[in-house]
Amino acid sequence: MTPDKLKLASHVTAINWNRIEDEKDVDVWNRLVNNFWLPEKVPLSNDIQSWATLTPDEQLLTMRVFTGLTLLDTLQGTVGAVSLIPDAITPHEEAVYTNIAFMESVHAKSYSSIFSTLCSTKEIDEAFRWSVENVNLQKKAQIIESYYYGDDPLKRKIASTLLESFLFYSGFYLPMYWSSRAKLTNTADLIRLIIRDEAVHGYYIGYKYQKGLEGVSAERKEELKAWTFELMFELYENEVQYTHDLYDSVGLAEDVKKFLHYNANKALMNLGYEAMFPAAVTDVNPAILSALSPNADENHDFFSGSGSSYVIGKAVNTEDDDWDF
Amino acid sequence: MSAVAAQPAVGQIASRTTSSRLIYFSSTSENTHRFVEKLRMNAARLPVYTYEDTLLAQEPYVLVLPTYGGDEGHGAVPKQVIKFLNVAENRDLIRGVIGAGNTNFGETYCLAGDIVAAKCNVKHLYRFELMGTSEDVDRVHEGLEEFWTRLPQSQAQQ
Repeated sequence: MTPDKLKLASHVTAINWNRIEDEKDVDVWNRLVNNFWLPEKVPLSNDIQSWATLTPDEQLLTMRVFTGLTLLDTLQGTVGAVSLIPDAITPHEEAVYTNIAFMESVHAKSYSSIFSTLCSTKEIDEAFRWSVENVNLQKKAQIIESYYYGDDPLKRKIASTLLESFLFYSGFYLPMYWSSRAKLTNTADLIRLIIRDEAVHGYYIGYKYQKGLEGVSAERKEELKAWTFELMFELYENEVQYTHDLYDSVGLAEDVKKFLHYNANKALMNLGYEAMFPAAVTDVNPAILSALSPNADENHDFFSGSGSSYVIGKAVNTEDDDWDF
Repeated sequence: MSAVAAQPAVGQIASRTTSSRLIYFSSTSENTHRFVEKLRMNAARLPVYTYEDTLLAQEPYVLVLPTYGGDEGHGAVPKQVIKFLNVAENRDLIRGVIGAGNTNFGETYCLAGDIVAAKCNVKHLYRFELMGTSEDVDRVHEGLEEFWTRLPQSQAQQ
């Protein structure tokens, strides 16, 4: 790894938001700004009682999962999103990456808010020491980091999208699991805000990757596609070990792996590729899916039943400013 | 070809007419477009930009539309879809909705589909994520064919 290779943008001109080259930049900027939040807004202290009902093993697992997520957010905020700026196609794309970088730092800090609310300083320090020493966690960060410092802009976007849309999910599983059992529900609310942000990040970086692909040869397209799947396999194998390492103690590893497959497919789709894992191994526990989204269950598939099982989705808000009729 | 562009019709200078039974919106991310292509059904795409003239439906149709998540659902329905549905004739011919989205957006997953279904009083038939998996494609393909045969004759015809 040669950290000195990471460059700054070579030329900067004053950004004109009244002259837009790609509407997606404005859409995503607005989406991210509207989604802005801070951990202080979530009443984490309401989880103190619930935290006390977890066994020591479960508490240890939860802390380790969150330090693992902290590492990924730190990597993405400090290096990942910043490394995409010199390759940006439009000035507004650069601005979006600065927003992404800052939000990743907010995410990283929010785990510390959870820790300081629920755990002792000694426990926190031990969990962070574990994150430095865990081989699989370090490996996943190193793999991604090596491409951030590399000299291929499109590979950098692939690595970044896989981090945003795949690598977080071995960790995100646990707060969704606790939430489905009515535990640590405020912590889960905070994690859902992070998940929402990461979804926009993965979507946007994947979109910019596809924009970048438009200008390259067919051979190069094939090379990058093959490379994407190779990297996915490499990261996946490591994720499986990481998952067993963490979750075997509570017997949840197989359930987590389905969630990994499901999210690996979505990460590939964000890059414009077809899903890789078949439906037989992406049947995520319905309790986890509904902790993620209350509209994600099978009751919302009119085609599969007689139609009698159809349930009208809960509309959060049916008002729209310029909805005329 | 799976996606057929709508043809301009005589006397419809301001809008383009379409007889497709599947009408969809997809932004420049192309996710919904890819899904519809995989269906291999005759389909018409709404204009990507709001300054373009919208389509005029000629036959009953199912609308496929994505939700771009977050922000408590405000502005969930794409402006281009609003422009299309603000035409009363288009609203009269809608028979169902299929939503695209991402479960990571929590309660707003496929919310635009819910809103349009509620406003137009039709069913939100199916939800899929991003560009859909091959299972989604199979189910929607079969589901739509059955849907049109099951629909009362009075509704399946204009």
